[in-house]
Amino acid sequence: MAMGYSEKVMDHFIHPRNVGEMTDADGVGEVGSAQCGDIMKVYLRVENGILTDVKFKTFGCASAIATSSMATELIKGKPLAQALELTNKAVVEALDGLPSVKLHCSVLAEEAVKAAVKDYYDRNGVDYDPALFAETDGEHTHGHSSFVNGV
Amino acid sequence: MDNAATTCMSAAAKAAMLPYLDEIYGNPSSLHAWGQAASAALQTAREQIALCVNADPKEIYFTSGGSEADNQAILSAAYAGAVKGRKHILSTTIEHHAVLQTLEALAKEGFAVELLPVAPGTGTVTAAQVENALREDTALVTVMTANNEIGTVLPIAEIGKLCRARKILFHSDAVQAAGHMPLDVKALGVDYLSISGHKFHGPKGVGALYCRRGAPLRALLLGGAQERSRRAGTENLPAIAGMAAALTEAAAEMETVNSRIQGLREQLIAGLRKIERSHLNGDPVRRLPGNVHFCFEGLEGEALLLLLDAKGIAASSGSACTSGSLDPSHVLLGIGRPHEIAHGSLRLSLSRYTTQAEIDHALREIPRVVDYLRQISPVWEAIMKEGK
Repeated sequence: MAMGYSEKVMDHFIHPRNVGEMTDADGVGEVGSAQCGDIMKVYLRVENGILTDVKFKTFGCASAIATSSMATELIKGKPLAQALELTNKAVVEALDGLPSVKLHCSVLAEEAVKAAVKDYYDRNGVDYDPALFAETDGEHTHGHSSFVNGV
Repeated sequence: MDNAATTCMSAAAKAAMLPYLDEIYGNPSSLHAWGQAASAALQTAREQIALCVNADPKEIYFTSGGSEADNQAILSAAYAGAVKGRKHILSTTIEHHAVLQTLEALAKEGFAVELLPVAPGTGTVTAAQVENALREDTALVTVMTANNEIGTVLPIAEIGKLCRARKILFHSDAVQAAGHMPLDVKALGVDYLSISGHKFHGPKGVGALYCRRGAPLRALLLGGAQERSRRAGTENLPAIAGMAAALTEAAAEMETVNSRIQGLREQLIAGLRKIERSHLNGDPVRRLPGNVHFCFEGLEGEALLLLLDAKGIAASSGSACTSGSLDPSHVLLGIGRPHEIAHGSLRLSLSRYTTQAEIDHALREIPRVVDYLRQISPVWEAIMKEGK
């Protein structure tokens, strides 16, 4: 498999789920930087506390596209609070693994989802613990990346 | 269309190798008849390579490939210079890693390594730039004949003339050029020239270093008198014979092959230039006949590469040696492409076996894949919103 990608990664890369944008989203999160080579933008539609629709757009490599696709699949239809429990590890496992040089993509996917939830909270005046949205450290190995919350 | 990474073996190269995988298996260093038959074949291969680059056969040293040839030439000239108190080495920012990392190692040993910036977009250097940077203590100038990523052909003969006049050693990495453009070591004025067999339809794991008679050359591998005591180890005769046959064939067919490939290259360049916000990398004129290299804004090269692979188009996003690295190519940054644009790069490299049908297929598919990736890209969305 190309670059050591699993079949699941290739499937989500070539046939990404939930790709697109929402003009009237309830929450939008964008993370990453073009300088590093990956940017993810996640759009949420929230109805009665449930994520009734999720869309994404990604600039990046195959694993960036695949992790965005999988992250949106994992949270779609779930309660909003569950989206905050999404971990990059869960995304990697659902994709049957990622090459170690690409693990940062899964971290970005997690961060993109959380940034979108934070945006929803901010727009709706929901109180939250800011620590929930502290920048993930450790596995985001890019070093030179910038981190942007919301849009 | 990834012939800059490597090429398929030509029928002539394969045929030339077979006898040495079969009946002529002797060690060229043995004195008996089997050894002497192998020794004669080694000499023939040396003469063939020498003829292709206008050198004396005694000036050709066989190596394991282009990287070894680069290492050996640079280290030999550097250490010979250091003995005379010359520790300045001049090169460019767009050299292959075989050159750059050797220079980096020398810099750590105390050599003053200076990398000349290249012209934005085209990636060329001028002889005047080299002339202005030369110092009293310059031990070596090393500038590649043609760049492996963007295909720019550099003014080696002009630089060679300068170095020759000042008696400064001059090396050129011709790995990407050999077999694709005429190479005459005397006309180029080089003291060292590196080539690699598998870039011109010869086998992998074999290369050659031209070292002008009188230029310093030290052995990197010790332990035998092979290659006039400059490279220990029993010679890889099948590979050497294959490389010699491949280069001879490439030289003989160069004019016809190049005029055809250049035509295909121009079709690709013209077609891909029509894509909105695409940028041709490298010199449009002084360019390897089979090289096409673009950056497309708003997308990332690996995704482009893998989607093209799914359509049966094997391309590269820069240099195959650096794929797997997350940083954009040093060559693209060297020619002034910003990071975000350098990430969206595509290299197509043609060979004498590339067909018109393959070009047509690429020109149909590439714009579609570029468009698709841009549709899902937030960067492209932002570019479109901002306009210019």
